[in-house]
Amino acid sequence: MKDALTLLTRVTAHPNSRCWFLAWDPSGTLLASCGGDKIIRIWGKEDGSWVCKSVLSEGHQRTVRKVAWSPCGNYLASASFDATTCIWMKKKEDFEVVTTLEGHENEVKSVAWAPSGNLLATCSRDKSVWVWEVDEEEEYECVSVLNSHTQDVKHVAWHPHQELLASASYDDSVKLYREEEDDWVCCATLEGHTSTVWSLAFDQNGEQLATCSDDKTVRIWRQIKTGEEQDGGKRDPSWKCVCTLTGYHTRTVYDVSWSHLTGSLATACGDNAIRIFEEDPGSDPTQPTFSLTAHMPRAHSQDVNCIAWHPKEPSLLASCSDDGEMAFWQYQRPE
Amino acid sequence: MRRSTVVITCPEVCSYVFREVLTLWLEMVGSSQLENANPLIYQRSGDRQVTAQDEDEELHDRIDDREIFDLIRSINDPEHPLSLEELNVVEEIRVKANDEESFVSVEFTPTIPHCSMATLIGLSIKVKLLRSLPERFKVDVHITPGTHASEHAVNKQLADKERVAAALENSHLLEVVNQCLSARS
Repeated sequence: MKDALTLLTRVTAHPNSRCWFLAWDPSGTLLASCGGDKIIRIWGKEDGSWVCKSVLSEGHQRTVRKVAWSPCGNYLASASFDATTCIWMKKKEDFEVVTTLEGHENEVKSVAWAPSGNLLATCSRDKSVWVWEVDEEEEYECVSVLNSHTQDVKHVAWHPHQELLASASYDDSVKLYREEEDDWVCCATLEGHTSTVWSLAFDQNGEQLATCSDDKTVRIWRQIKTGEEQDGGKRDPSWKCVCTLTGYHTRTVYDVSWSHLTGSLATACGDNAIRIFEEDPGSDPTQPTFSLTAHMPRAHSQDVNCIAWHPKEPSLLASCSDDGEMAFWQYQRPE
Repeated sequence: MRRSTVVITCPEVCSYVFREVLTLWLEMVGSSQLENANPLIYQRSGDRQVTAQDEDEELHDRIDDREIFDLIRSINDPEHPLSLEELNVVEEIRVKANDEESFVSVEFTPTIPHCSMATLIGLSIKVKLLRSLPERFKVDVHITPGTHASEHAVNKQLADKERVAAALENSHLLEVVNQCLSARS
């Protein structure tokens, strides 16, 4: 486990502020960061070092909490405490706001594009999750407001291949949604965490979901297909917690990232550490076991808020922190 | 000797629990009706004794319980012209500081179990410590177990750094917090 994770470089991304979130563009050539300074920065690699290519400072009046690239890589969506979501269009190296999505009553906490690029989801402290449809004229229309959570909704993420949406909340639960006869419905509630669920991530094929929480654990949930053959009818698959990673993290786990290239699972924690887990070879898929394969105790000087695997390079990952910095790491998988 | 009252216009975007706190604060300031009209008043502790070690410039001054207590004891209570120490809301024995592990934990005791100001008091303690201590410190602020009806909800709110960050971006709420942290004339 020693030396499994090596620091490549450290960059001050949001000086005198906190860096809340990072997002790689689908090609892996650009990285977007956002923070408490209300600014989004776009980073690219030049002569081996990460440089700031663009500064997007005109969009938001308050903290920019999260950013997300469209699957085509031409658009960036940003969620802000100012209750709006901005859609930015990339024009060479410049970015320009093409639409501002309004409707949430207060802080927008997260935004995510569906794999098709035709749907966008946002969530807010107003307890709701909104699904937006994008038409050919690039007009955004809210197609559903989902009020299934009873508290602040912290994060939204789409299934990698299906139109299935997941949300994590301050009410300690995770909810899943799908489209049903022109409307969106909550089709599953995942209960088990004992405090705020901060983030979640699907694995490569979408069969497993990892969630992380203020209860200092990470849970792995697996889709269980039930009764389809018996009734012949369509029934929602249920999700079951098949593994709980407990005893590793000493404070809130703020983010979890599942590598779609290798299956490695990385976490960002309020104890300043980054950890990586691997599923044990030959473990039973219905009762998988995971081992800690890397642990970087002082990855940052303050809370680690986000961890993101590079979409193309299997050993590269980026993290960011309350100290305003982002860091790039090289991970050596065990033999 | 009256404290000046803050004029607050309608807070549009602020966390609903904090908004509730703010609304109650306004009502109480306006009507002069206190939830706990006759609180017990406790004697303030003396100033810290300066030892020879403290004066030794060569020694690294470690942050200890007493230093943390000194930072928070003079915070103003939101509804009485008294400090948190005078109301026994904070006590030195409920403060834990660990300099090596960069960790501070404070328990505070609301004067009554239904005190609607508990979140605001906790937020003031948290903000005071975050502003005063080096950034490496983790600051946990909790209600003394068993002393408040909504203990769990208040603790959860105070521990959520995203909600605290959003609350502090609200200029109205920030003004109320700064009032609690201002030096009394």
